[in-house]
Amino acid sequence: MVTENQCSCEQAQEEELYGKLQEVIKEHKGKPKELIMALHKAQNLFGYLPRKVQEMVAEGLNVSLSEVYGVITFYNFFSTAPQGRNNVKVCLGTACYVRGGQALLKKAEKELGIKADETTEDRRYSLGIVRCIGACGLAPAMLINDDVYGRVKTTKMMEIIKKYE
Amino acid sequence: MIKAKINNVDVEVPEGTSILWAARKANFTIPTLCSHPDLVPGGQCGICVVEIEGIPGLKRACMTPLGEGWKVHTHTARLMEIRRQLVELILSYHDTDCLTCIKNNNCELQALAATLGINTVEWHSLEERLPIDRSSAAIVRDPNKCILCGRCTQVCSNMQTVNALAVNHRGYSTVITAAFDMGLGNSVCINCGQCVVHCPVGALYENSHIEKVWDAIHDPDKFVVVQEAPAVRVMLGEEFGMEPGTLVTGKMYAALRRIGFDAVLDTNFSADLTIIEEGTELVSRLKTGKNLPLITSCSPGWIKFMETFFHDMIPHMSTAKSPQQMFGALAKTYFAEQRGIAPEKIVSVSIMPCTAKKFECQRPEMRASGFQDVDFVLTTREIGRMLREAGIDLNEMPDEKADSLLGEYTGAATIFGTTGGVMEAALRSAYFLVAGRELESIDIAPVRGLKGIKEAEIDIDGLKVKVAVAHSGGQARRLMEKVQDQLRNEGKSEYHFIEVMACPGGCVGGGGQSWGSNMAKRARRGESLYAEDRSLQHRRSHENPSIKVLYEKFLGKPNSEKSHTLLHTHYYKRSTVDGDIIAEQ
Repeated sequence: MVTENQCSCEQAQEEELYGKLQEVIKEHKGKPKELIMALHKAQNLFGYLPRKVQEMVAEGLNVSLSEVYGVITFYNFFSTAPQGRNNVKVCLGTACYVRGGQALLKKAEKELGIKADETTEDRRYSLGIVRCIGACGLAPAMLINDDVYGRVKTTKMMEIIKKYE
Repeated sequence: MIKAKINNVDVEVPEGTSILWAARKANFTIPTLCSHPDLVPGGQCGICVVEIEGIPGLKRACMTPLGEGWKVHTHTARLMEIRRQLVELILSYHDTDCLTCIKNNNCELQALAATLGINTVEWHSLEERLPIDRSSAAIVRDPNKCILCGRCTQVCSNMQTVNALAVNHRGYSTVITAAFDMGLGNSVCINCGQCVVHCPVGALYENSHIEKVWDAIHDPDKFVVVQEAPAVRVMLGEEFGMEPGTLVTGKMYAALRRIGFDAVLDTNFSADLTIIEEGTELVSRLKTGKNLPLITSCSPGWIKFMETFFHDMIPHMSTAKSPQQMFGALAKTYFAEQRGIAPEKIVSVSIMPCTAKKFECQRPEMRASGFQDVDFVLTTREIGRMLREAGIDLNEMPDEKADSLLGEYTGAATIFGTTGGVMEAALRSAYFLVAGRELESIDIAPVRGLKGIKEAEIDIDGLKVKVAVAHSGGQARRLMEKVQDQLRNEGKSEYHFIEVMACPGGCVGGGGQSWGSNMAKRARRGESLYAEDRSLQHRRSHENPSIKVLYEKFLGKPNSEKSHTLLHTHYYKRSTVDGDIIAEQ
């Protein structure tokens, strides 16, 4: 019974999201130039841009699907895979790179069992790379959600990450 | 007019002329890679950079109109070094396995590297090879050969308005693919092959049937019949160094016989048959006034385009199959019967200026004979390759004739190969069918030529028949949108009959034409078809003696039940996401 309840609950949630998406699309209907704005709003709703959402936006704004896909894959901001509850980003800007950013990334990949741009199965973490967050004095830096961590050591890294449920 | 100096040579060109073309007038060739005479310059490759005195930086010659009094330098030491470096960078990530590349000897990058005298490449890519996309029945895409020049995406989105190919990802990972990286076979691609003929390198080419055709030819148990599309006879010569548009009908028959085809027949025969069936359909729709305008159905690129983007026009489509498929249905029935050959032994091969025909022959409904009606489709390029493999030089061939039963044709059939040809051929016969006498002037000039959408009005015994002709996906889209509007707002369209071809110029500009083609060559091929039309004894499809025999002996009459079973077809509604069939109409 519990599973069934969960199921219908998730379904209802999804239906609600698609309802909201329809409103977003309505706002930008037939306006190809507002594609990025519409995608931005859609991603805020779903947390990422599943294929069905891309298809609906393409149709609603009268933009070809290949163009929508081109824009989504061009901009780092857009994601086509579900994101975890916590977003771990390792900085690989020049300063962080020379001070061991790459080693941090490798460590995180090993410990979390995922590669950059992937999400753990339990959806607890998404791992990503950023190119400079303006914290070069604190290199190597790491970003978890909105929190910045500086002078991160590979030995201490997982302690920090594990604080995030 | 603009006066300027290029490398100290005076030039005078009309305002707006790019430095690239102005330099050619001064007899300097600025090397280019992404630039193409029929496309809008995009400046992606940067090979054509030049220096202009008094203007800082470098300018791309393809995109910069020549200015008054400018002093332009096109080949300074600095520019030559920059160009070399740019090409070396491209080569560093390009799969340079040239000897086994489909474009070996026809590659613009290869030619450029030779022109610029590049003899070493100092950098090498660390990227792994990407998988080759073989998902499409018609077109193969090899991303390892792609140099990201953008010609294919420009033709796919601007010229054809299909938008199957786009630039995806970015930076070093940039790749040109269909949406979701699902492959061209799972996209809205209409298989027209315009991307193929515009690609400067070997990143796009046809899904080859050469090996399968050789196997069939070399199998003593198989009886291999071959048909050649109208446009092929004015195209194949180019594969052997002849002038564009050289008519090689007789030599083509001789060459095909010599490489081992058991019966050399002609698609032109079934083009005449298409006219009889489609013309009869037009006459009956003109009489009843139902489902007008009638729209032609010869171009398989157009068919998939219509099924995907304009499936509400399905009731307006002619149900007549394309000449290739009519031929296929007859080869394994009528021809087999008359010649006493078991149909299962017949292998039916067609030679087409087209890549979409490869998709068409594999459509599940194209099995009217009980077998796949057309087994293999070769492009003009592929048959050129096969003839060279077999050591045959088309130049040295005698003029021969096609075999009987499915080989005879009229002038109306041969002009099928160029835009407006099907329309003109159909009107010649429809006039006769309605009025009972022949059209006074057989040449219908307003539907000829390469300009945009063409219109004409023909008076058939007081009935004013308005026709329109579109060639390219973009024009087809504009014309269909207009017709949709008229049908929606006025309940009927101003047009009675519409011809659509998916490729600019019609079949003479198809995706299966020789490498290095452009609109000028397409025009010359078209003129050559009109010349052949004028030279033939019969110029109206209904005058074709073999067609008369076919109806007497086999089909009964046009649009008969047997005709419908063998020669007519139906269409599907397709998804604008992946081009898949949604529901049968």
